[in-house]
Amino acid sequence: MTASLKSRESLLIAVIVALLLIIASRFPAFIERGSLIGVFNDTSPLIILAIGQALVILTRCIDLSVAANLALTGMVCAMLNVAFPGLPVAVILLVALCLGAIMGAINGVLVWKLSIPPIVVTLGTMTIFRGVIFLISDGEWVNAHEMSATFTGFPRSELLGLPMLSWIAILVALLFFLIVARTPLGRAFYAVGGNPNAAVYTGLNVGRTQFLAFVISGTLAGLTGYLWVARYSVAYVDIAGGFELEVVAACVIGGISIAGGAGTVLGAILGALFLGIIKNALPVVGISPFWQLAISGSAIVVAVAFNARSQRSKGRIILKRAEATT
Amino acid sequence: MLQNAPMQDTLAAQARPVMRLSGITKTFPGVKALSDVALELYPGQVTALVGENGAGKSTIVKVLTGIYQADAGRIEIDGVARRFATAQDATRAGITAIHQETVLFDELSVAENIFIGHAPRTRFGLIDWLKMRQRAAEILERIGANFDPQVPLKDLGIANKHLVAIARALSVDARVVIMDEPTASLSQTEIEELYELVERLKSEDRAVLFISHKFDEVFRIADRYAVFRDGQHVGAGLIPDIGEDDLVRMMVGRPVDQVFPKSRHEVGDILLRVRGYSHPTEFDDIDFDLRIGEIIGFYGLVGAGRSELMQAIFGITRPSAGSIEIDGQAISIRSPNDATRAGIVYVPEDRGKQGTVIGLPIFQNVTLPSLERTSHAGFLQLANEFSLARDYTERLDLRAASLDQDVGTLSGGNQQKVVIAKWLATKPRVIILDEPTKGIDIGSKAAVHAFMSQLAAQGLAVIMVSSEIPEILGMSDRVVVMREGLIAAQLSGKDVTPESLVRHAAGIGAAA
Repeated sequence: MTASLKSRESLLIAVIVALLLIIASRFPAFIERGSLIGVFNDTSPLIILAIGQALVILTRCIDLSVAANLALTGMVCAMLNVAFPGLPVAVILLVALCLGAIMGAINGVLVWKLSIPPIVVTLGTMTIFRGVIFLISDGEWVNAHEMSATFTGFPRSELLGLPMLSWIAILVALLFFLIVARTPLGRAFYAVGGNPNAAVYTGLNVGRTQFLAFVISGTLAGLTGYLWVARYSVAYVDIAGGFELEVVAACVIGGISIAGGAGTVLGAILGALFLGIIKNALPVVGISPFWQLAISGSAIVVAVAFNARSQRSKGRIILKRAEATT
Repeated sequence: MLQNAPMQDTLAAQARPVMRLSGITKTFPGVKALSDVALELYPGQVTALVGENGAGKSTIVKVLTGIYQADAGRIEIDGVARRFATAQDATRAGITAIHQETVLFDELSVAENIFIGHAPRTRFGLIDWLKMRQRAAEILERIGANFDPQVPLKDLGIANKHLVAIARALSVDARVVIMDEPTASLSQTEIEELYELVERLKSEDRAVLFISHKFDEVFRIADRYAVFRDGQHVGAGLIPDIGEDDLVRMMVGRPVDQVFPKSRHEVGDILLRVRGYSHPTEFDDIDFDLRIGEIIGFYGLVGAGRSELMQAIFGITRPSAGSIEIDGQAISIRSPNDATRAGIVYVPEDRGKQGTVIGLPIFQNVTLPSLERTSHAGFLQLANEFSLARDYTERLDLRAASLDQDVGTLSGGNQQKVVIAKWLATKPRVIILDEPTKGIDIGSKAAVHAFMSQLAAQGLAVIMVSSEIPEILGMSDRVVVMREGLIAAQLSGKDVTPESLVRHAAGIGAAA
């Protein structure tokens, strides 16, 4: 939104390009077209979830239940497919979106109407959603051979050389660029997170805005749930375990302020891409997965320190010449 | 500086001040909060510090307790010059303050609150809980508090929290006890108990600095007075030597050095009619009318319920009874949205907390309540927003390099203009300005005043909540004085004088 944030995004782009160049200098194959598409496709679920999470964090909340929501929706979709193999993908998608939205709405209502801190609400629902998966599946797996070919084929089907999963991520990104930049709701996310008090005085409903952010985050998690299960052709209780932290990490690296009110959708996407590239590149370079964790972790700490630095007050503008330069 | 103190009095002749401040000056950016101020505190005596809002009373307390450091001047204790670099230095020197809002820890026990920072230790340097409880119980008994030192503080009422603060003062063996409007939130019986405590502190030879707006209590418990006005010391002496009228005159008597651009025009019909507005805890039975083109001033002490009333009229809180009419039509206001739609807008006092959204650019702050109007088919139209924001910020003479810059980079006065522009852009009929010029520089003040007159001349009705007497006198057609949640007086014309305002606001009986 502001100049400092724009520079944050360009910095991330520079870092990502530098990262690619360093990897390419030793493993040129990594930046071949097919490989890059693979990396983007791999990162697509993270991108979709990070966009939803970014909106939630913008309103001074957090959604830790996204991965559990994803897993539950995924399991329901898989079991539907097993029970009714003829069900068209469009219906499955609709079910996934609705189910995700309902779970997001549960989080949102608890935050809005009962004023429970979001971290507590979503920590609770995270566990509940995982528990529900166990209840409906009896802890059983749904395996590839039980799923229909159209069910598992959809996210992999290609359009103009790009898998459907990637197209959906791009579509979601474009949709939310538009919503955030060009609708009153998008503006409300920033106002509510930036100064909830002022938002109330302005006539914005803070709780309702946060509720809507949770519904969006839940809906996107539900969508990802189907795509995830179909892509990996398996559904079980623990899929995407701990993935919510990666989603939050992508947002933080992308410059979404945990204090709310600052950050952009583009930033969250870049944060997700950064993590995705590291995840895909390190095995190529031959670094152990344990280092991967350490590197992702360091990136988060650096990003948070960077956020804190950029948010430090620069002091009041008293000098005339300072006023002119800002 | 203390030329008013007649030295023949036996009290004064015997005692030497335990604490003496002289030449204290404290400047904040753009404001001289204290200028060459003197203050003396005597053992076993209560000194009442009186002055209007903004006279510098709170600042001197902060200087005394080491929270602020004076730019110039001398602090002496028992004739020895001291410097307080931190609040702890002041505590060690025997100075404690009981603040308006007690600064205590809700989740800790009473004993822990009393001894926090100086808890008794065992041989091994660990906290000696047993001893701490015993000593806490002793002190509580001494001040006549009958609650268990082990209960958590949050279970106590405000009055008992004050007692804990006083116990804390005694636990460090304070020689100087500062009470900053301690009775502001107490009931009548609680106030009586507090007076007894003050007497006990006196009998223990401690010096008490008592800050109060209420004249009855000043004359009841104080031995001495000191008066501040606009950050300057204007007089001090013994209470028996002065009357209420003189004290009021010292408080408000100032040369009128500001010219207010109040335009004289006819006021029109009644626009807003408020009847019987009540709230369970904040205000009761408020009646007033507001006419087209009128500026009505709401005066009162801090905490008189003025802002709370305005927040209820704007729909932030809900009244328990009462009605509002606009143009003779009864309306129901349940949210700020309802109020804005009815044409009532509220510019809050606390710009930072309630006004601007730091992080959003200026133009987005201005258009935040008007997005319905600037958007098209559910989509924001940035060009419309820009032109709307430009319209209103230009009228207010906003100084900014670009409307795209973060509102947080603006000075206080300019931020205030953004908040006012934001509300004017909704095309209101009634605008409520809560302390519109608090904490902004003289130049911006004049611009806000000029604009207020212009608004009234254009047919807006203005409610101005202000604690500054010159502003009330200079800008209002009529004044409503509130005290303790009730309307104390509605004044107009010749009845509006500094003395009458202070009398009604402070509740000095039999006002003219």
